[in-house]
Amino acid sequence: MGRKLLLEHINVPGINTYEVYRSKGGYAAVEKALKTMSPDAVVEEVKKSGLRGRGGAGFPTGMKWSFLAKPEGVARYLVCNADESEPGTFKDRYLMNYIPHLLIEGMIVSSFALGAKVSYIYVRGEMMPQIRILEKAIAEAKKAGFLGKNILGTGYDLELYVHPGGGAYICGEETALLESLEGKRGNPRIKPPFPAIAGLYGCPTVVNNVESIAAVVPIINDGGDEYAKIGVGRSTGTKLISAGGNVKNPGVYEIDLGLPVEEFMYSDEYCGGIANGKRLKAVVAGGSSVPILPANLFLKTIKNEARLMSYESLADGGFVSGSMMGSGGFIAYDEDQCIVRNTWNFTRFYHHESCGQCSPCREGTGWMEKVLHRLEYGHGKLSDMDLLVDVSKKIEGNTICPLGDAAAWPVASAIRHFRDEFEWHVTHGSEAVTRNYGIAHYADPLPKPEVVA
Amino acid sequence: MLRVDETKAPVDFTPELISKFDDIVSRYPAGKQKSALLPILHLVQEKFGWVSVPAMDIVAEYLEIQAIEVYEVATFYSMYLLRPQGKYLLEICRTGPCAIVGAEKLMDYVSQKLGVKEGEVTPDGLFSWRGVECLAACGYGPVLQIGPEYTFYENLTNDSIDKLIADLTSKSKN
Repeated sequence: MGRKLLLEHINVPGINTYEVYRSKGGYAAVEKALKTMSPDAVVEEVKKSGLRGRGGAGFPTGMKWSFLAKPEGVARYLVCNADESEPGTFKDRYLMNYIPHLLIEGMIVSSFALGAKVSYIYVRGEMMPQIRILEKAIAEAKKAGFLGKNILGTGYDLELYVHPGGGAYICGEETALLESLEGKRGNPRIKPPFPAIAGLYGCPTVVNNVESIAAVVPIINDGGDEYAKIGVGRSTGTKLISAGGNVKNPGVYEIDLGLPVEEFMYSDEYCGGIANGKRLKAVVAGGSSVPILPANLFLKTIKNEARLMSYESLADGGFVSGSMMGSGGFIAYDEDQCIVRNTWNFTRFYHHESCGQCSPCREGTGWMEKVLHRLEYGHGKLSDMDLLVDVSKKIEGNTICPLGDAAAWPVASAIRHFRDEFEWHVTHGSEAVTRNYGIAHYADPLPKPEVVA
Repeated sequence: MLRVDETKAPVDFTPELISKFDDIVSRYPAGKQKSALLPILHLVQEKFGWVSVPAMDIVAEYLEIQAIEVYEVATFYSMYLLRPQGKYLLEICRTGPCAIVGAEKLMDYVSQKLGVKEGEVTPDGLFSWRGVECLAACGYGPVLQIGPEYTFYENLTNDSIDKLIADLTSKSKN
């Protein structure tokens, strides 16, 4: 296990307060950046680090920053996306809850790099406790002179505000988030123009995930090159993984990218295998939107190589036999879980959260939900699987924002890998409502772990 | 659905509440006061328990925007309650990761325990419940939240539901 960069001090009592955070070397990155570096030099370090957006898309953060337009006399904004609502993901809540100053510090350094004088943290409204925590942390940082006018005597001014959302998954999409921040419905905008050209109030804007902004702190402290030494290939640095579902030890883990999947799944340091001595059936590796994989394909790629927790390795095999890193929302399913029911549940979620702008998504998610519902309750037809694939293909790529794709992928992948289970729901309709199909041939190839009494 | 016929809803916008609105508006650039709409609706809901049409009309007037701009936002976001609820609204996560660790059975139990269906209020006006989508606490499921502070209750079981309801009931009597 490597050194933790974000969660190193997470267990220090009082780390949520300014004094303790500062005593552990907090705000050193602000001092270093503002006093000894130019904004462009900060952007350069982030580029060198190879940091990729931690919200799901995995786009290089430094490159995103370098796209920001800088017309004279026009305000620029940095907006932090803390609208964490991808099912399976709870890392940002954890980070804001326990070490809020890390996010504040990252926001100050990043705002400085981008030349923003006012920055916002858009937090989903349900996280009211975390909003209060951040507001308190901002007040503490301001009192200590790290926010406000003429920070550390460098002449740089920055105001930082927290903005609560209203409970809409779609606002995690950056242009929907900006609409919401402007006080409107969260309808994603047509791109281009990208936010880097015309974002908040039509001004150049960068939107970054909580974890991406927090990662800027160790990047500035240690240098981009040091950060890039961690990880494998283009997956550099550490990543927060939210482990949930039927794992033995659910929680948020900071891993070095490139950690073998098997170690993450079975080592006691991480998930510790499946709870109650059961066996692993399937995994959603990066939040509900990414393709679900049966255990055997998850642990080893189709080429029979060990899969790693990295952007590339999780995507190995494309959508035929691979998945995606996504937001790091790791959901494990044990042998008693029903894939049809889970797929129906996710589709209901996307139907509920579709903003309604684009017909393929608004209507398609609803149709898929209805068809999956009848399959789950034993009224399906054998032609339903092809129908679902057909609908999902007609949503994918035909919508303004990626919510449509995110709704289509879980359905298409579930049918691709678990078609026999769907068919069994049709052929054994009455049985399907009383019992589950079980683990079938999807089982992981590892021996069944011993039950600890 | 909006209850446009609801004209007798409380709209007691005290000076304290308005000064909170002013504070929020000051966070956004001049002329961009509409940005304050979502936070202000949260304050309205905190004060009155729900967001009524007359209250929204006052918010529109305060922000100098059209009433429809407030309605369309209030109906879009799932957190805004467009009708009165119980004093304690139990919002139970029902999405994937919570569902596989027992959220659906828990919702059945809550319904049976309170004796009301989803969206209905108990006769004493104390409780209502509803299923909501992912609350980003997937490792601690099943979970529920209770506004206006959105206090979190994690790793729920039938027993912890019993205790929670008993605690809230006795709290409301004091």
